[in-house]
Amino acid sequence: MSQRTVTIASSVGLHARPAALFVEAAQETGLDVEIGRAGEDAVDATSILGVMALGAKHGEEVILTAEGDGADAALESLVALLSRDLDAEEG
Amino acid sequence: MSGDTRHGVGVSPGTAVGPVVQVAPPVRPPADEPAPDDADAATSRVLESLAAVAVDLDARAAAADEHAKPILKATAMIARDKGLAKAAGKHIAAGLGPAHAIEAAVAEYAAQFEALGGYFAERVADLKDVGDRAIAHVLGVPSPGVPPLTGPSVIVAVDLAPAETATLDRAHVVGIVTAAGGRTSHTAILAAQMGIPAVVQVHGATDIPAGTTVAVDGDAGAVTLDPDMDLLEAQRVRRERRAAALAGVSGPGATSDGHAVALLANIGGVDDAVAAGAQDVEGVGLFRTEFLYLSANALPSVEEQADVYRKVLEPFGSRRVVVRTLDAGADKPLAFANLGEEENPALGRRGLRLCQAKPELIDSQLSALALAARETGADVRVMAPMVATAEEAAWFASRVRAAGLPKAGVMIEVPAAALRSRHVLAEVDFGSLGTNDLAQYTMAADRMEGELSDLLDPWQPAVLDVVAAACEGGAETGKPVGVCGESAGDPLLALVLAGLGVSSLSMAPKKVPAVRFALSLHSLDKCRELAALARDARSAADAREAVRAAAGEELTAIL
Repeated sequence: MSQRTVTIASSVGLHARPAALFVEAAQETGLDVEIGRAGEDAVDATSILGVMALGAKHGEEVILTAEGDGADAALESLVALLSRDLDAEEG
Repeated sequence: MSGDTRHGVGVSPGTAVGPVVQVAPPVRPPADEPAPDDADAATSRVLESLAAVAVDLDARAAAADEHAKPILKATAMIARDKGLAKAAGKHIAAGLGPAHAIEAAVAEYAAQFEALGGYFAERVADLKDVGDRAIAHVLGVPSPGVPPLTGPSVIVAVDLAPAETATLDRAHVVGIVTAAGGRTSHTAILAAQMGIPAVVQVHGATDIPAGTTVAVDGDAGAVTLDPDMDLLEAQRVRRERRAAALAGVSGPGATSDGHAVALLANIGGVDDAVAAGAQDVEGVGLFRTEFLYLSANALPSVEEQADVYRKVLEPFGSRRVVVRTLDAGADKPLAFANLGEEENPALGRRGLRLCQAKPELIDSQLSALALAARETGADVRVMAPMVATAEEAAWFASRVRAAGLPKAGVMIEVPAAALRSRHVLAEVDFGSLGTNDLAQYTMAADRMEGELSDLLDPWQPAVLDVVAAACEGGAETGKPVGVCGESAGDPLLALVLAGLGVSSLSMAPKKVPAVRFALSLHSLDKCRELAALARDARSAADAREAVRAAAGEELTAIL
């Protein structure tokens, strides 16, 4: 199992649009990806409601885990996504 | 001859004609929905419905504009969510029928989001929208909300939900008519921002058959069914005259004899600032800053706040930007500064009162504004909401000066501050009348209560008297008094306000050209005469009529 820790860069936290972009990317990996806080139950990263209910705010650290072929590469791309201020890119 | 005409309250000016598209209200699961005989079959029905909703939302996203597309796509993802389907399946296994199971699953997630607060709580509307659509599908009734539009349409609804207004297909919606709503409701503000003619409080609006051609008059507040050629021709002429008249004036606002009345924009965020900055306005008369704080679970750092303020200030160059400091309270609670539930949020510890209880809020906001002002060189002026006394005004002014900002002002929205404006304004550099709240507090009528629209009419002579009292204090102290409520955007009322001594008018940017045109046709003396007529009137309707009758024909011909 691969694991990465990342700080949420989105200025409004992981809600609507940033959450949707993240979940889409997680679905595209085709892997079982989970997201959660240290010491808490993780949620399915491919569930928009699960990810939003996590309520990760700006500046918070979350842990991503994935299993299967290409898990490391998949997590790298998800970490890169969460490290950007997705909401500021709304235009 | 034209069919029947229904009257309501015009909240966004202009005229439009088109076929009615009725927006179906959401349907609740029937109380007598039986428990499923076959849990698997019931679960399949729920899955089918959620899938159908997702497909429908995806199709709408594909056809939507850039603004609505991400909202619809995110909503489609909710419909396709594994967790939601699983939760509904669990409720079916426990004996609920499909419609109730969907409702219960949605309620579970909604409770989680609401507990998170801020932006997360706002997403509850999208979640409930998915639930309502899936319930309608399971029950075989029309999907709630605005159906996909294929041509110019007049949208008719009880009221539009915020999500519905945000995703309105701007290319096709030519008019909006609602049975409920009010002058300062979400629908009214959004329609005015988009420049779509709108009439609210139209009784029986939802009984108008879909497809009926209606003429919407957002100035007069009238909706005419099956309009005849004469009416359509008259409206067309008015539209063309209006466009020609408004195109003929530009630049700073002034009366015909050159008395300056600054024309400013109301904005609520960075997008608004960028859009308004490109318009022919003299700056911003009301920048609402709540968006920065309502979404956060901790007070944002000074640098984070300053970052956003820089983005808001930049589009205005050296033009003025009047910033209203945080206006939160029990109805708009902050995760990090919640003083608890209140019986009467509108009369509770909101606005400056909250900031007095938590001075760190206002101090960090003022520091951030000072930082952004220094870096951009913008003409920043800050004002506090909900000021009632001279002591409060003095308290605020001292905080503003301590932060190194040059100009402090107060919102005048509590009648007490208007009546005592001599003393209140002596403490600060300017005042700004928030006429929506001023009407609410003067008339003791809740702004959110559509049924009280008449009491909240900004033409109410009592409200004009209170405005006049505020202006007298302004004249006595030599401090400018502006208006930043809806009334500033009504061309006839703008004349009255100028006559009462108001020196700036701030409104949705789309309303500026008509107000500029109105001012350019009347002298300051004429405005004073119109103000006296309005204050002499016995009722709001009489005041409006008296001013309309006495105003220049060149203006009334286009209203």
